[in-house]
Amino acid sequence: MPDFEPKIVAFVCTWCTYAGADLAGTSRMQYPPNVRVLKFPCTGRIDPVFILRAFQKGADGVLVSGCHPGDCHYMAGNFHARRRFAAFRALLDFVGVDLNRLQFSWVSAAEGGKWVEVVTELTERVRTMGPMPEFKELEHEELWSTFAGAAGGKSAVLNSPELKEAYDSIG
Amino acid sequence: MSRIGVFVCHCGENISRTVDVERVAKAAGEIPGVAFSCDYKYMCSDPGQSLLKKAVAEHKLDGVLVAACSPRMHEKTFRKATESAGLNPYLCEMANIREHCSWVHEDREKATEKATDIVKLMVERVRKGKSLAPITVPVTKRALVIGGGIAGIQAALDIADAGHRVVLVERDPSIGGHMAQLSETFPTLDCSQCIMTPKMVDVANHPNITLYTYAEIEKVDGYIGNFQVTVKHKARSVDQSKCTGCGVCMTKCPKKKIPNEFDQGHGMRPAIYVPFPQAVPNTPVIDRENCTMFQSGKCGVCAKVCGPGAVDYEQQDSFTVEDVGAIVVATGFKLYTIDRKPDDSPIQGYGEFGYGTIPDVIDGLTFERLASASGPTGGKILRPSDGKEPKQVVFIQCVGSRAREKGISYCSKVCCMYTAKHTMLYHHKVHDGQAYVFFMDARTPGKGYDEFWRRAVEEEEAVYIRGMVSRMYQKGDKIVVMGSDIQVGVQVEIEADLVVLATAVQAQDGADLLAQKLGISYDKYNFYSEAHAKLKPVECATAGIYLAGACQGPKDIPDTVSQASAAAAKVMTLFAKDQLERDPVVAKVNEKYCVGCFACKKVCAYGAIEEKEIRDRQGNLVKKVAYVNPGVCGGCGTCQATCPSKSIELDGYTDEQIMAMIESL
Ligand SMILES: Cc1cc2nc3c(=O)[nH]c(=O)nc-3n(C[C@H](O)[C@H](O)[C@H](O)COP(=O)(O)OP(=O)(O)OC[C@H]3O[C@@H](n4cnc5c(N)ncnc54)[C@H](O)[C@@H]3O)c2cc1C
Ligand code: SF4
Ligand code: SF4
Repeated sequence: MPDFEPKIVAFVCTWCTYAGADLAGTSRMQYPPNVRVLKFPCTGRIDPVFILRAFQKGADGVLVSGCHPGDCHYMAGNFHARRRFAAFRALLDFVGVDLNRLQFSWVSAAEGGKWVEVVTELTERVRTMGPMPEFKELEHEELWSTFAGAAGGKSAVLNSPELKEAYDSIG
Repeated sequence: MSRIGVFVCHCGENISRTVDVERVAKAAGEIPGVAFSCDYKYMCSDPGQSLLKKAVAEHKLDGVLVAACSPRMHEKTFRKATESAGLNPYLCEMANIREHCSWVHEDREKATEKATDIVKLMVERVRKGKSLAPITVPVTKRALVIGGGIAGIQAALDIADAGHRVVLVERDPSIGGHMAQLSETFPTLDCSQCIMTPKMVDVANHPNITLYTYAEIEKVDGYIGNFQVTVKHKARSVDQSKCTGCGVCMTKCPKKKIPNEFDQGHGMRPAIYVPFPQAVPNTPVIDRENCTMFQSGKCGVCAKVCGPGAVDYEQQDSFTVEDVGAIVVATGFKLYTIDRKPDDSPIQGYGEFGYGTIPDVIDGLTFERLASASGPTGGKILRPSDGKEPKQVVFIQCVGSRAREKGISYCSKVCCMYTAKHTMLYHHKVHDGQAYVFFMDARTPGKGYDEFWRRAVEEEEAVYIRGMVSRMYQKGDKIVVMGSDIQVGVQVEIEADLVVLATAVQAQDGADLLAQKLGISYDKYNFYSEAHAKLKPVECATAGIYLAGACQGPKDIPDTVSQASAAAAKVMTLFAKDQLERDPVVAKVNEKYCVGCFACKKVCAYGAIEEKEIRDRQGNLVKKVAYVNPGVCGGCGTCQATCPSKSIELDGYTDEQIMAMIESL
C-alpha cells in the first residue's frame, strides 16, 4: 500500500503539548503533514468517546498528549487522564483494536523535538499498518452507541435535542 | 453561528510561502455557514484588524475565524478586534496554520491541504461557540495571615505597609515561631532575638494589623476575594483589654515548676505565663491543666495580685468571623521527636539512639536554647543531666531525614548549616571542648553558606566524620557513640558528654486538618503544595491562598523571608483591583440532568464543586446537585470527562463543539 496516507488525529492540552508543537514550528522542524490537532485545556478534559469517534470518522491513528506527570497546569488533570486512559486502552485491547494505533505521550512546552518524534513515529507506524476500517463500518450500525441511537443513529452528539427530551421526560 | 467570517493571513511570506492562502480562503468560503472569506498579508496589523471589523459589520458576521499564527500569539489581539466590532470576543477563534503547518512542512500541496483541514475543523468550533461573559468577583481588600513565625510576620508587615488591613492569627500565646527560639543564626551569626523582636513589636504596633494570638482557624468559607473565616479565640483567662503586662501574676503564682515549652522543656515557668520575656503580646495566659485554681478550685493568687483585675477564670472560648480577600498560610514546621513522645506519624523511631531515655541526648532546638543568652542556662553550654560543661560533644546529622526506610525521604535542608553553626557556638563557649559531627553529606548551597561550613571545619576545628552512627549507650556519665567512618573505613567509638541530634524538619501538627479547612492540597508528608513547583511557588492551587515559609517544605530564614515577601506581593497584586476579572472558561452544571453522584467533586483539584440542594416550593428537598463556583474553577474540564451523566460542561470546550470538530475530519 505505497500511496496510503494515514490520517492522524492528535488531542493535546493547551499548556504543554500544544505549546511544544508551536515550538517545533518556531524552530522550523519538519514532520509529516498527516496530523490534525485538537486543542483542549487539559488532557483531563479528553473523554475516551472522542477517541472512538475520531477512529470512526476516519482517523487511522490517534495521539493523546499532555503535560508530564506533576507538571499539569491544573495540578492533577493529567493524572486523571492517565488513569482513565489506562482503563480505556485495556478496553480497546479487549474489543480487538491494535493498540499501536493509539499513542499516549507527555510532551512539554519545551519539547518541540519530542513532538516531532512522536508524530513522525506514530505516522510511520500507522502507515505500515494500513487503514483502519473496523470502526468506520460501525458508523452504519444502529447500536453504535445508545446516545447515537437516541439521536437517530446519525450523530453521537451527546446532548442532542432528542437526548434532552428523553431526559426531560424522565423528570 | 451561521454567518462566519474566515480571514486567512499570509504572515508576510511565512505562511504563503508553503500554503496557497488564496485556495484556503476559497475553500473556506464554500463551507456551509461561512458568509465571508478572504486572505490578507498581515491580519494582525492595523489595516488587517480594520478589515476584520469592516467585514463583521458589512457582512453581519456572527462568528470569526482567523487562520494565521498560534492562538498563543494573537488570540487576544483578534478577540479584542472582534469585541470592538460589536461581537462577543469568545466568538472569535484562531486556526493555527503557521506554527502547526507552514513552518513545519515543505510540500506546498500537502501543506495547503492540511491548512484547509485545520480551517474546516476550526470553523466547526466557531459554529458551535457561545458568547461568554467575563466573570467578575468583588475583592475584599483585607488579608488573613495564619501563623506568626518569621514567615507570617514578614508577610503581614509587607501587606500592611502597602496600606491594606491584615489579620494575623497565631496559635501560641506569642508570635515569633521557631526563629524566636534560635540563639544565633547562620550564615552571619547574628543574634536571632535581636533581629526578630523588633519585627514582632512592629506587628503589634502596626495600625493596619489586627493580631490574634492564642487563636486558631475554625472554619473557612468563600473563595478568592471573598473568604469568611471563623477564628476561635481560646480562653486566655486574662482579659487582654485590661492587662497591662506588668507580670506580677507570674512572679506570685505558686505553681512555678512547669517545664517551659519555649525552652524545649529545659526551663521552668509558672501556670500563668508568657512563653518568653520578649513575647508579643506580653499578656499572659493561664495554662489551665497546670493551674491549681482550675484543677482544685483553690488558689486564685493571680486574680488577687492583678492591679487592673484582668485575670478572669470564667473566660470562655469565643469566635469571630473575619471577611478577607486573600489568605497567606505560614504555619511553619515542627521537629521530628523520635521516641520522646510517640506521635501518630508512620515514621519509625531511632530506638538505638536512646533519645528520650538518655537525658544528655538532645535535639537541635534544645541546643539553640542552651546556647541562647536568654535560655535556661543563660547561654552557657551545660548538659541537662548534671549541669556540667560537656567537653566532648557529638553532633549527628540527618536523623530522620533522607532515610527512606524510616519514612522520610527528603532532605531537611537546614541541618547541615545549623550543625556547623552549633559546632562554632560550642567552640566559642567551651574553648577546650571538641565537637564531632557524623554526616552523610554536607549540603551548603546558598550565599556564603559553603564558606560558613568551611570555617566550622577549618578554623573552628570541628571533626567531621563521614558515616553513620549505629548505636549509643550510657556508660557511667558518658554516652558511648559507636559509628563508622566510611572514608577511612574504620569503626569509630567516641565517649561523649553530650549528643545533639539534627532531627528532621516535619510538617506542623494538624497541618492536614488546616489544609482541609482551607481546601488546599498537601503532599504525603503534610507539607502544603504550591500550584507549580517552578513557576507558581507561592500560590496554592486554590485561588486566593498563598504559602510562605516552612509549611511548604523545609526552609531556612532567607528563603522563608523571600517567600513571605513574594506571597505578600501576590496579595497586593490581587488587591490592586476592585473587581477580579477572569477567563470565563469555567464548568457549569445542568441541574436537570445532574444525578448528584459527585464524581466531579472528587476529581476537581480546585475544590470548585459544592453540593447544592434543590427544594420545591414547600421547601422539601428534591435532590442534591453539583454546583461549580465560577470564582474557584480552574477550567481544566476534568469534571466533564468524568461525569457519567454528562451534566457538567466546560464553557468553550463543550462536547457539542468537540464532536462537531471531530465530525469534520
Ligand atoms: C535547630 C534549628 C536551627 C536553625 N537555625 C537557623 C539559622 O541559623 N539560620 C536560618 O536561616 N534558619 C535556621 N533554622 C530554620 C528556621 O527556623 C526556619 O527557617 C524558620 O523558623 C521558618 O519560619 P516559619 O515562619 O516558616 O515557621 P515557624 O518558625 O515554625 O513559625 C510558624 C508559626 O505558625 C504557628 N502556627 C502553626 N500552626 C498554626 C495554626 N494551625 N494556626 C495558627 N498558627 C499556627 C506556630 O505557632 C508558629 O508561631 C533553624 C531551624 C532549626 C530547627
Ligand atoms: S490561680 Fe493560682 S496557680 Fe493558677 S495562675 Fe493564678 S496564681 Fe497561678
Ligand atoms: S473544570 Fe476543572 S476546575 Fe472547574 S470544576 Fe471542573 S474539575 Fe474543577
